Amino acid sequence: MGELEAKGQRLVGLCLLGFVLFNYPFLALFNVPTFIFGIPVLYAWIFVAWAVLIAAMAWVIERRR
Amino acid sequence: MLQGWVIVVTSFAYLGLLFAIAYYADKRADAGRSVIASPYIYSLSLAVYATAWTFYGSVGRAAADGVGFLPIYIGPTLMIALWWVVMRKILRISKANRITSLADFIASRYGKSALLGGAVTVIAVIGIVPYISLQLKAVSNGFLILMQYPEIVMPAKVGAVPVAQDTALWVALILALFTIAFGTRHLDAAEHHEGMVAAIAFESLVKLLAFLAVGVYVTFVVYDGFGDVFARAAANPDLEPMLTPLEGVAGNYANWVWLTILSMLAIMFLPRQFQVAVVENKDERHLNKAIWLFPLYMLAINVFVLPIAFGGRLHFPAGIVDADTYVLTIPMAEKQELLALLVFIGGLSAATGMVIVETIALSTMVCNDLVMPVLLRMRSLRLNERPDLTGLLLGIRRGAIVAILLLGYLYFRLAGEAYALVSIGLISFAAVAQFAPAALGGIFWKGGTRRGAFAGLLAGFVVWAYTLLLPALARSGWLPIGLLEHGPWGLELLKPLELFGLKGLDQITHAMIWSMVANLGAYVAVSLSGSPSAEETRQASLFVDVFRGAGSAGGARFWRGTASVPQLYNLLARFLGSVGADEAFDAYARARGIAWPREQLPADAELVHHVETQLAGAIGAASARIMVASVVKEEALSLEEVRNILDEASQVVMYSHQLEQKSHELEAATTELRAANERLKELDRLKDDFLSTVTHELRTPLTSIRAFTEILNQEPEIDAAQRQKFLGIVTKETERLTRLINQVLDLAKIESGRADWHETRVDMREVILDAAGAMEQVLQEKAIRLELKLPPRAPPVRADLDRMTQVMLNLLSNAVKFCDQAAGRIEIELSERAGWLRVDVRDNGPGVAPEDREIIFEKFRQVGDTLTEKPHGTGLGLPISRHIIERHGGRIWVESKDEGACFSFTLPLARDAALDKAA
Repeated sequence: MGELEAKGQRLVGLCLLGFVLFNYPFLALFNVPTFIFGIPVLYAWIFVAWAVLIAAMAWVIERRR
Repeated sequence: MLQGWVIVVTSFAYLGLLFAIAYYADKRADAGRSVIASPYIYSLSLAVYATAWTFYGSVGRAAADGVGFLPIYIGPTLMIALWWVVMRKILRISKANRITSLADFIASRYGKSALLGGAVTVIAVIGIVPYISLQLKAVSNGFLILMQYPEIVMPAKVGAVPVAQDTALWVALILALFTIAFGTRHLDAAEHHEGMVAAIAFESLVKLLAFLAVGVYVTFVVYDGFGDVFARAAANPDLEPMLTPLEGVAGNYANWVWLTILSMLAIMFLPRQFQVAVVENKDERHLNKAIWLFPLYMLAINVFVLPIAFGGRLHFPAGIVDADTYVLTIPMAEKQELLALLVFIGGLSAATGMVIVETIALSTMVCNDLVMPVLLRMRSLRLNERPDLTGLLLGIRRGAIVAILLLGYLYFRLAGEAYALVSIGLISFAAVAQFAPAALGGIFWKGGTRRGAFAGLLAGFVVWAYTLLLPALARSGWLPIGLLEHGPWGLELLKPLELFGLKGLDQITHAMIWSMVANLGAYVAVSLSGSPSAEETRQASLFVDVFRGAGSAGGARFWRGTASVPQLYNLLARFLGSVGADEAFDAYARARGIAWPREQLPADAELVHHVETQLAGAIGAASARIMVASVVKEEALSLEEVRNILDEASQVVMYSHQLEQKSHELEAATTELRAANERLKELDRLKDDFLSTVTHELRTPLTSIRAFTEILNQEPEIDAAQRQKFLGIVTKETERLTRLINQVLDLAKIESGRADWHETRVDMREVILDAAGAMEQVLQEKAIRLELKLPPRAPPVRADLDRMTQVMLNLLSNAVKFCDQAAGRIEIELSERAGWLRVDVRDNGPGVAPEDREIIFEKFRQVGDTLTEKPHGTGLGLPISRHIIERHGGRIWVESKDEGACFSFTLPLARDAALDKAA
């Protein structure tokens, strides 16, 4: 049960992290007319942060002790 | 090549393929080899979340305000991270109670309330109807646009064509037939639709591939990669603000956050999501993969939305082509017929997947939680006397499916034109979000009551209808538009879009804030102001404590009454058919190891509970409760009794924990006590020994003293030499007595810790030489050869000099006593090893038997029989030596090989001495 609980808490932590990343003020920081590799920096931020969040969730779930 | 018949034939061929997949999966399931028992299929089936709204509507919304559509997919990503905590609990509860729909879940939690189940069903149906109409709109529009190829013409206004020629109606009817064929072929007690799930998973693949295909085409073929699309957009004054949309076109951050929260709730409480995530779940462990695969799916299907949206805006002049159709119209404009057809099929997949699962979920709710409870209460129908009700159940469900799709079509005719796809979908999201307080509160908070849940649902729903549904109808011209502009009866404060003067938010955010305030407020306030009934208390405990063993078996604890097995069997057979009932009874008998035939099963609480749970799977918890109550005689438990049972249960668990702990403690204490007792007995024995030895030891010198003094007293004429000799003996014996008493006192002092120690730097070489010198006389008398093996110089130890000398003398005199009487030889060796100084005293006497090597260090324990042999000493020398050595941090022991004994002790070197050495 200990490991299950630990997983649950890590995932809750990731959810909160995501809530912070996809919220003011982070979004405001990137809401500027700048491009990174030709992509508006706001779009790049959202998609990269999203992908990283999913990777972190996969890591928490699939990691074997 | 894109003639009308090609499109129609392809569409039907695709639907036929889906049906074949479903048929195959169902056959495999019947054979017990499920194809959907896989985390990948489970994840794909969750992707039924992405509907025609995603497929067409995301691009439409992105074309209007850039990233504004993304919270709808980011929200579920965040929510699914919480599924490990929330969904596992819901799954466990649902499996234990055979929950088959969201309405059933909420009704069951609040005391199997038929009223609550009905309310949830009504809200779900009303809330979802716009969503279904959206799918009809998307499919029929897609079809009509594709039919015009190679022209790109937007479809006519809905009202312009008569109903019978309206494509949307035909789409609705075909989908209804298709859903009936899929979802209600037979009645499954667990409401599993394996074929449907397999088809949905396949559709999820198709729509993803279709969308990726058009995305890659637009981004990399029509344009020159992401950078090119965005660079052109930035150069366009119309599109340029959309690159930084969050303080302008997409509204403020509050809208973004509320949209995220809204979609977090939607992924839990849309009836179709509950259906695929909970009801169709084969294995709790499938969650593991789904938690990251499903968000990955959503990420993938959104990557190309923005390029397509910008591409469409750049491609078509403003106002000609609806942005919702860019996915289809860009390939058409580029004359990519096959791609356009693939996109249409992808959109069809997205729409049919949603419609099939949603209507199946809703029809289950309508049948189990709305129609059946009413029918069962109507005694005039005499449903109780019908032998087989499976046909009736299937009939109700099929009727419900047709009715729901026709309602969707009706909404499409009434209000479908006023809104873009996304806005219609969000209205439905906001409706199902109203289930969140009752459902989530119900699994974490025991205090939520049926009245509270009902009040919350009602309040939330009324606010939703007022702030979202009413404006939708007003804008479509079915209600006076003045209602929106000036409020009802001219009351500005009650304007549906700016309720109580709340301005500056978009419509959805505004509605969410007010409906959640009303819903949550009413739920908590009403729950707290009343108290739950017995049934509610019981269900609350079963739900909230599901992980603490309050699962399936727990329910039987609460039932008291009498039942007959044949009646229970007949009841089950009426709803499941006799085959289903046989299976249920077989399973029960097997699980309990009870022999067939079933007539021998005891009709106890367990069996009644089992039957009720099975029945709940088919007709819902509330109806099952009514049906079971109608065939058994049961005593109603009062609230007090239910509380007592719950208290008992939790106390039993607590007590057994405590008991276990106590018995562990007791065991440990017993062991200690036993050891202490042994020790005490030993000490008692030692004390007896000690007393008898001491008295014995004291008596020996006393006896001789007394004998000689008596002689001297009685015979005064004894000659002087004789007198001198006798007095010498008396003196010697007195000395011996004194020595003995001194040693006893000394030992007592050391043992009690009251001895004085004067530690100084002691050179053991000197100690040994001193002791040898003191014994020289004795050694010479007995002709014993003493050999000293001493290093030229030894590091000092910290010790009490007198005590060390005492130890050396003890050991030496011991060796003198026991060494060979004829040719005695004693060897003393001093050596140094790794921080220790070691002294060995070897003699060539008889040695010490292995079993005696510990005993001789005990008080008065000389080896040999002390009663017959004359003792050689006081028997206290070695015990005192051991105390002294151990007091100095050393160790003393005896070894004995072939010949002689070797007493050794070690002493730690003084720390500064060790340092000297190291330096």
